[in-house]
Amino acid sequence: MGSVRRTQFIRRSAADVWELVGAPERLHEWFPVASTRVEGAKRWVTLPSGITFEEDIVTLDHDLRRFQYRIVNNPLVTFHLATVDVVEDGPDRCLVSYSTDMEPEVLALPIGGAAGQALRRLQEIYEG
Amino acid sequence: MGRKILFVTTDQQRYDALGCNGGRIARTPAIDALAARGTVYDRAHPQNVVCMPSRATMITGQHVSTHGVWMNGVPLPDGAPSIASVLHGAGYATALIGKAHFEPVLDPFLRFTEGRIGSERRTELSPPHRGFSHMELATHGAAGPLHYSQWLREHHPEHAFSYYPVVDRELQVNAEGGGDTGAPQVKHNAIPRDWYHTEWVADRTIAWLDSLPADRDWFCWMSFPDPHHPWDPPQSELGRVAWRDLDLPEGWIDDPAERERNLDGKLRHWRAWYDGTFVSNYEAPARWVPATLTADQVREVNALVHVENELIDEALARVLRAIDARGWSQDVDVLFTTDHGEFQGDHGLLFKGPYHVDSLMRLPLVWAPAPSAGTVPARVTAPVGLVSLASTFAHIAGLPQPPFTEAPRLPLDDAEAAELGHERVLTEWDSALFGKIVRLRTIHRDGWTCTAALDGTMNHRGEGELYDLANDPLQRVNLWDDPARRALRDDLLDDLARSLPPEVLPRRPIDAPV
Repeated sequence: MGSVRRTQFIRRSAADVWELVGAPERLHEWFPVASTRVEGAKRWVTLPSGITFEEDIVTLDHDLRRFQYRIVNNPLVTFHLATVDVVEDGPDRCLVSYSTDMEPEVLALPIGGAAGQALRRLQEIYEG
Repeated sequence: MGRKILFVTTDQQRYDALGCNGGRIARTPAIDALAARGTVYDRAHPQNVVCMPSRATMITGQHVSTHGVWMNGVPLPDGAPSIASVLHGAGYATALIGKAHFEPVLDPFLRFTEGRIGSERRTELSPPHRGFSHMELATHGAAGPLHYSQWLREHHPEHAFSYYPVVDRELQVNAEGGGDTGAPQVKHNAIPRDWYHTEWVADRTIAWLDSLPADRDWFCWMSFPDPHHPWDPPQSELGRVAWRDLDLPEGWIDDPAERERNLDGKLRHWRAWYDGTFVSNYEAPARWVPATLTADQVREVNALVHVENELIDEALARVLRAIDARGWSQDVDVLFTTDHGEFQGDHGLLFKGPYHVDSLMRLPLVWAPAPSAGTVPARVTAPVGLVSLASTFAHIAGLPQPPFTEAPRLPLDDAEAAELGHERVLTEWDSALFGKIVRLRTIHRDGWTCTAALDGTMNHRGEGELYDLANDPLQRVNLWDDPARRALRDDLLDDLARSLPPEVLPRRPIDAPV
């Protein structure tokens, strides 16, 4: 199993950051993907290389500030669960954590790399 | 006008691949001719034995601890120091043609320039990328977004799938066997020679050189993807070397029991990999068990490597003729080397990984200075590293050693090696893949190779390997625990600790498998 986790402290309230991270249709605003489309509990994410992932939204908990999704109906991916948490760390700081567990394990690495870039982008958005 | 620089690299090539180094199978007259008029290094080591860290050392002139590309899959930051940037700043036209691999190859998010410019079919870069204003990139085969793959799929789509598929359906390094013996990563490739990546790299290099004004100084890194696996040269060329007629390499141990005793004398991860119980990295097929390797498979793989090495030599000869036709020959320095070696059957193994022995560490390195420089041919026995390349390029261009580099330029002979301080060479290994960790630090000095393990999954601090290369050139006898060698071992370890730059922390994360 490929298991990766990337984290980033951001000097902004958890509520503010969750406003973006907790909006699945706004993924392309902070994650290095070309486009995002959401219909109900389904999301389609297209990468800059043209690959499209179909995803099931598993958890969207605005109280816990947790978002979970799975890549589904993909000929390569046999297991996937990604979890994004925004954890309050005082009134003006939060920790954003992105983790993915995946088979084939190899794919977890570039997704982890993209998540790392995404978290740095989030930091730029909120800290300038 | 100054001296121009043709920097030629191969990928995963052994010291003994070349005729000038005693190779008896592959004919390499072009490289041998460069060696005959230049300096040949008999003890050149990489600072890491896989592609990305080693290539990062070549361009930065830094050890792995400093540039931070500690494992394949860790990208070299865009802003990292680059000797190509220094040369570009000094007025050199700069190009990299062939395999770059400073950035991950598996890049579905197109986060990295190498994949992005390939997918956009862009070759001219303004501002330059890592100092190169022209890049045309290739890797092992026709998959992915790089320029060669795009070219082949567009112009010869019937051969888009002629190459061996490097990864399997689960994106693991493919273990499927092929050829005549079922050896892993072997395929009879129907692609015509003219469209093979070795020829393409030479073609594109010649085209770039032909685009330059006669009075322009230039630095061209011509980087062949071969003889790295997969071993799938054009099948039209297979008649060059009949694998059934090949002797087994000296490093092959035919008796399985003796082979296993040899491995058991080394750090634990050797035997575990051989048995198929521990895969530390993506440099070899995870589903292939080295213990299953047969003598005939070793013969066939070696034959294919020899074929690939001959094609490289002939491609280089074409480029040298093109340089001659431009009237530049007297003013061009040619440096030829590779990023790391390959087992090719030594110790009963194929491929590469955390194994600091000559199969992977002793590299071909030839520097043929511009004839106008008036240097004298020599062989250098002193240890040198690829870490000296960046300083050497600056020296050729008449520039001071860049402050970011960590080693003096290459010496032209052994006397100069002593003057410049080439006394030892260092190699590092770190891999941490889903909880499997291997960490090694190695020094080579005075004919000894000493490797210290750091704490990891299978090895622990205080364990290691010590080889006396004068009396044990195949590195069969690990003297680490020999009381008679204790003082020597401790002296080498002290030297290693003093000489290795401190590791820049925190370590950057892995962004891809390769």
